[in-house]
Amino acid sequence: MTVATDRQTTPPSADHPSGDKRFKVLDATMKRNQFSQDALIEILHKAQEIFGYLEEDVLLYVARGLKLPLSRVFGVATFYHLFSLKPSGKHTCVVCLGTACYVKGAGDLLKMLDQEVHLKPGETTEDGQMSLVTARCIGACGIAPAVVYDGKVLGKQTEDSVLMAVQPWLGNS
Amino acid sequence: MDIKELREIASTTRQKQTKTRIRCCSAAGCLSSEGEAVKKNLETAIAEAGLGEKVEVCGVGCMKFCGRGPLVAVDDHDQLYEFVTPDQVGDIVKKLQESDAVAETGLISGDPHHPFYALQRNIALENSGNIDPESIDEYIALGGYEQMYKVIHEMTPGEVITEIDKSGLRGRGGGGYPTGLKWATVAKMPGQQKYVICNADEGDPGAFMDRSVLESDPHRILEGMAIAGYAVGANHGYIYVRAEYPLAIKRLQKAIQQARRYGLMGTQIFDSPIDFKVDIRVGAGAFVCGEETALIASVEGKRGNPRPRPPYPAQSGLWASPTLINNVETYANVVPIIREGGDWYASIGTEKSKGTKVFALTGKVENAGLIEVPMGTTVRQVVEEMGGGVPDGGKVKAVQTGGPSGGCIPGDKLDTPIEYDTLLALGTMMGSGGMIVMDESTNMVDVAQFYMDFCKSESCGKCIPCRAGTVQLYDLLTRFLEGEATQTDLAKLENLCYMVKETSLCGLGMSAPNPVISTLRYFRHEYEALLKV
Ligand SMILES: Cc1cc2nc3c(=O)[nH]c(=O)nc-3n(C[C@H](O)[C@H](O)[C@H](O)COP(=O)(O)O)c2cc1C
Ligand code: SF4
Ligand code: FES
Ligand code: FES
Repeated sequence: MTVATDRQTTPPSADHPSGDKRFKVLDATMKRNQFSQDALIEILHKAQEIFGYLEEDVLLYVARGLKLPLSRVFGVATFYHLFSLKPSGKHTCVVCLGTACYVKGAGDLLKMLDQEVHLKPGETTEDGQMSLVTARCIGACGIAPAVVYDGKVLGKQTEDSVLMAVQPWLGNS
Repeated sequence: MDIKELREIASTTRQKQTKTRIRCCSAAGCLSSEGEAVKKNLETAIAEAGLGEKVEVCGVGCMKFCGRGPLVAVDDHDQLYEFVTPDQVGDIVKKLQESDAVAETGLISGDPHHPFYALQRNIALENSGNIDPESIDEYIALGGYEQMYKVIHEMTPGEVITEIDKSGLRGRGGGGYPTGLKWATVAKMPGQQKYVICNADEGDPGAFMDRSVLESDPHRILEGMAIAGYAVGANHGYIYVRAEYPLAIKRLQKAIQQARRYGLMGTQIFDSPIDFKVDIRVGAGAFVCGEETALIASVEGKRGNPRPRPPYPAQSGLWASPTLINNVETYANVVPIIREGGDWYASIGTEKSKGTKVFALTGKVENAGLIEVPMGTTVRQVVEEMGGGVPDGGKVKAVQTGGPSGGCIPGDKLDTPIEYDTLLALGTMMGSGGMIVMDESTNMVDVAQFYMDFCKSESCGKCIPCRAGTVQLYDLLTRFLEGEATQTDLAKLENLCYMVKETSLCGLGMSAPNPVISTLRYFRHEYEALLKV
């Protein structure tokens, strides 16, 4: 059997010139994955966790680390919905738009957010406080409609409960 | 680990379980409505009441009635509480002591014998809601890993496959391909290195069966995969699970660690020459990655683009090696089949659809949750008897099954038995098991547009019929909804559906038009009513 991976034992890249310590953490992650090219997605997950989003510098760093062409790393980063190449707001509100949530009124929640908070899915408030995104089903359909506030899932949401939950994030930055 | 040690763990764990068990649902649904606080408060309250000797609080997997969570059950008392709030635990403890001060509590008592439970037949979910998913000992106490031992020491790989074949089990990931046949194909392939993959991407929006199984009984999947690995000659497994399921990932990781520590995963399992290990791969949000060839590309760290089949993964899959890929629920059925025999499994269900199927019942339905029923149960039994029908006496307009690949069962066809073929004949499919009830207030053209929106944004873009076709279908549906559509558009819509279906490369494009075709079939008048006059 041939495995199309390229394993190394020593990190190919020295510390990042910016001196940003977060690159060290990223390095450690690549090392733990033995700089294996098929771990690209795991490494991007980690990178996004560390940096908040995948800025170009980070993609370049990962490409060098795994000895992959930048186009391949960029191609993967843009293919998957969960990878973001833009910074997101300080707080995130994820409205589930799966079928169960949709038939239970998730669309109305989005309409309300558009009207009251002037946010459409994919947008961030001008002060960078809040981003609104949608998900294709977070698997909490039994308590639809579900909304995730900064990582915390709440079920059976109404227009009022959503507005109450995001209010503290708005206008007092 | 040898079998004696395994059985010792089982018996000591069972001996320890003499207390009254208070089961608290600790699966994602209930945790997102304060389930964790309920459990913590209960533990404290039990300790404070000095009941620690007699009563044990246990966090268990999904107790199935997710729409009424957080759920708490008191075992010896045949008690089930619904919608429990953290400050109600005092009342639960008082009831437990059967003190007189129980007259007025806000507790909502559920009925453990409700048709929602009574009509279920739990095989894949037999441990779900009964054991602590984070404890390998509890799994072993119920006979866990015994079947892995049995196949390694008492059966040849061929005998294992024969048993699966006899059971009549068909893949639960959507297509319904005979599992025994798939295993036999991989087993027959030459080659040293083979893989088994568990497809836990669960892309179907509105479905959470696989999530519940992983969160509630992760060892069941590991054991099922190990048995599959033995049968087909693979020593390495991958579980591809979506990143949106963090709790499932955490519990799987924990389960793998525990199994490894006990020597139930790794090298020379049960002192045999058999090696088997499992790794987790976390998806990154792409529906198409549920498609098997795309999933394999994703495991290899690439973009999840499907490729034409053949060659099938069974011939050339992960890193070009023969690869067995099955769905979570498919693996969940393996242990009971080996334990009870293929004939036993085949005796459940109908002639062409054997065993049980897990559904995630949601939408406009009184009792939302997880149900496992024998094949052949009618849609009406599920939606009306178990699900309690539409809340407030509403009428069922349609039941959507099969997700974006499926279609609708109209309200007047609810007496259809649930089987692979009967559902196909209705123009929908079993799919992975999402079952979404829609009432009279639902606009079917809007639903069709909703699915097309989904498919258009999830199309990987590799082939034109799907990439451009889904956009055009979406735009056409928008014309209907905006009152701009003409008779010509209706004809165009229909033609385009079949064109996209017949010329797309992978299952996503081939099935993307299904919700439109199916709503056109049963609710054509709704399209016509929207036509511009
Ligand atoms: C677009 C698309 C998405 C799919 N998504 C899933 C999925 O989320 N989970 C799954 O088990 N199978 C999914 N499948 C089916 C798989 O390709 C494959 O048939 C299945 O995992 C085989 O397992 P089984 O034989 O146990 O059903 C999908 C297929 C297509 C075409
Ligand atoms: S049918 Fe759609 S998802 Fe499948 S390969 Fe073609 S473009 Fe990609
Ligand atoms: S559809 Fe929203 S959680 Fe599943
Ligand atoms: S998540 Fe608690 S009952 Fe299903």
